[in-house]
Amino acid sequence: MTVDSMPIAANGEIELPVAPVWQVRVGTPLSRAAAIAGVAIVTVLLLLPAIASRNLIQDLIFVFTMLALAQLWNVLSGWGGLVSVGQQAFVGLGAYALFATVSLVGIDPMLATPLAGLFAAAIAAVIGPLLFRLEGPYFAIGSWVAAEALRLICAQFKSLGGGTGMSLSPSDLSHMIGLKSVQALFGLRPAAGRDVLIYWIALLLTVVVTVGIYTFVRSQMGLALAASRDNAPAARSVGVRTDRIRYWLWIAVAFATGMVGAVIYQQKARISPDAAFSVTDWTAYVIFIVVIGGVRTIEGPIVGVLLLWALMSNLGKYGSLYLLLLGAFAIVVMLLMPNGLWGTVAHRWNLQLFPTRRRLLRSDPTTSERNSAIDR
Amino acid sequence: MSGLDTLIEGVLLGGVYALFALGLSLIFGIMRLVNLAHGDLILLAAYLVLSATTALGVSLVASTLLVVVVMFVLGFLLQRLVLERVIGDDILPPLLVTFGLSIVIQNGLLLTYGADSRRIQAGAFESMSIAIAPGVSVGLAPLLALLTAIVAVALMQLIFYQTSLGRAFRATADNPQIAQLMGIDERSVYAIAVGLSLAVSVVAAITFGIRANFDPSIGPARLLYAFEAVIIGGMGSLWGTLAGGIVLGLAQAIGARINPEWQILAGHLAFLAVLMVRPRGLFPSGRP
Repeated sequence: MTVDSMPIAANGEIELPVAPVWQVRVGTPLSRAAAIAGVAIVTVLLLLPAIASRNLIQDLIFVFTMLALAQLWNVLSGWGGLVSVGQQAFVGLGAYALFATVSLVGIDPMLATPLAGLFAAAIAAVIGPLLFRLEGPYFAIGSWVAAEALRLICAQFKSLGGGTGMSLSPSDLSHMIGLKSVQALFGLRPAAGRDVLIYWIALLLTVVVTVGIYTFVRSQMGLALAASRDNAPAARSVGVRTDRIRYWLWIAVAFATGMVGAVIYQQKARISPDAAFSVTDWTAYVIFIVVIGGVRTIEGPIVGVLLLWALMSNLGKYGSLYLLLLGAFAIVVMLLMPNGLWGTVAHRWNLQLFPTRRRLLRSDPTTSERNSAIDR
Repeated sequence: MSGLDTLIEGVLLGGVYALFALGLSLIFGIMRLVNLAHGDLILLAAYLVLSATTALGVSLVASTLLVVVVMFVLGFLLQRLVLERVIGDDILPPLLVTFGLSIVIQNGLLLTYGADSRRIQAGAFESMSIAIAPGVSVGLAPLLALLTAIVAVALMQLIFYQTSLGRAFRATADNPQIAQLMGIDERSVYAIAVGLSLAVSVVAAITFGIRANFDPSIGPARLLYAFEAVIIGGMGSLWGTLAGGIVLGLAQAIGARINPEWQILAGHLAFLAVLMVRPRGLFPSGRP
């Protein structure tokens, strides 16, 4: 623009042309509605034990814990690019730490849960640097080897039942903090009261994990993580400390996974190395949930876990055939809908309940609300 | 003499692990694909040989040849129909598809053959042994397994460096785009590589299936041994993979000698130790 063409107001002041304002936005009107709906759903779930049957409570404990594991795997492998097939290691470590502290030391299971997470995180901090020497796909099998090694080591502890496993005695679990008040509140027997208590912990854990991951992915750190995944040298060149961010993500995910493992096994009250470190139960199902729902989305694992729950309640009795179909289904989804069910729906109708992608919006001051969006 | 026995047992076991590893490192070397279903495919081959010998009643050699052809075709089709669509810059899709495949094969075998332990019958050959030194005799079958592994590595080396197919493999591994410009059909090269990997797995399956019982659940463990052999030996070196298999076999044999429960764990720990001390493996090489 030359000086001649600049509009000059009558009073002689130069009126600068109003430049369009570019803004990076993540939220949408729909996402604010979804947040409100989310709060409402969590509130309903909190109050559910007042009316729900014990079966439903136990089913929902399964749903919540699997959802938490799926969200954690999704942030590690989807957003972080650290594809792990060894997350069962941290479920197992958390579970074993819980059993060790509760039955050998006599700590309250409630307090033992965060300790279990810390234990899993400590082991992750030690084996992480070793596994990080393996690039990309080799990291995946490396993590599996580590999980197998840890399973075999846990099987060596005779005081924890060795290879056959052990049970928590009812007396260890009867003193749980808050159990008496829950029993009094709903008029339940100890076993049912314990389920309600674990249900609340599982719900709390899932909500904290989901909201935490959502916040993290939307933050600057989340962007740095995605950059580390997509192009590590380029990310480093703009000052992202790719190794450090991945290392801390790995430890944080192990911490939360260990706590989920502890919660799962508080409810089961029986442990064995094969079950606690099961690749099918704690990694295959989790991967199916994320892949079928939609990788790199917050909604995907929620859709996936509900689908898995439905499939499991109806087809779970077929055992091997059920697993075979689940595996085949996951392959077909990966081939035809690489973004998963939710990813496909979201793309088709431009729905984003928990948006994580940054969009560049141009708000032209003259036409205030006509935004043109560029998805990034 | 028990110390010597342990060492011999470990070396012979290593031959089998090297055979497990060959197919895995072949695909990884050429396509950068880690096939998480590798162990289950080895097991599928073992069951197919078992079916061919028992149901069809043909000899072990004939059924091996038959299954080699079947597995080659299966590998070729697997690449062309499934893997080809997911291989790309993102490492997640191929890993997840092969992981899904692992679950499908494992449970398919469970449905077809049941959970019972099986073994490939090789007749009197199984129990034959020869004396290699006064007082030391080794089983003929394990010895042949090691020799097979050595021959297989030598053959693979020959294919890689002396044939036009090997040149196409190496060119595609280095740069698929430029290889294509030179008239190499990248899709066929990849499909042949996967086919070859599965054909080699049949040999691995037989050497393993004769010496030990197997059931559908043990596929993933075979994958882990194969992987450990590749990493211990050093990525990209075929002879290194053989050495890696032997190191793994020795570690397991020594572990088992100390305490039978420690066999597998000792192998895993040896792998982690190598990763700690020599992350590029014992015999690293720049090229496949």
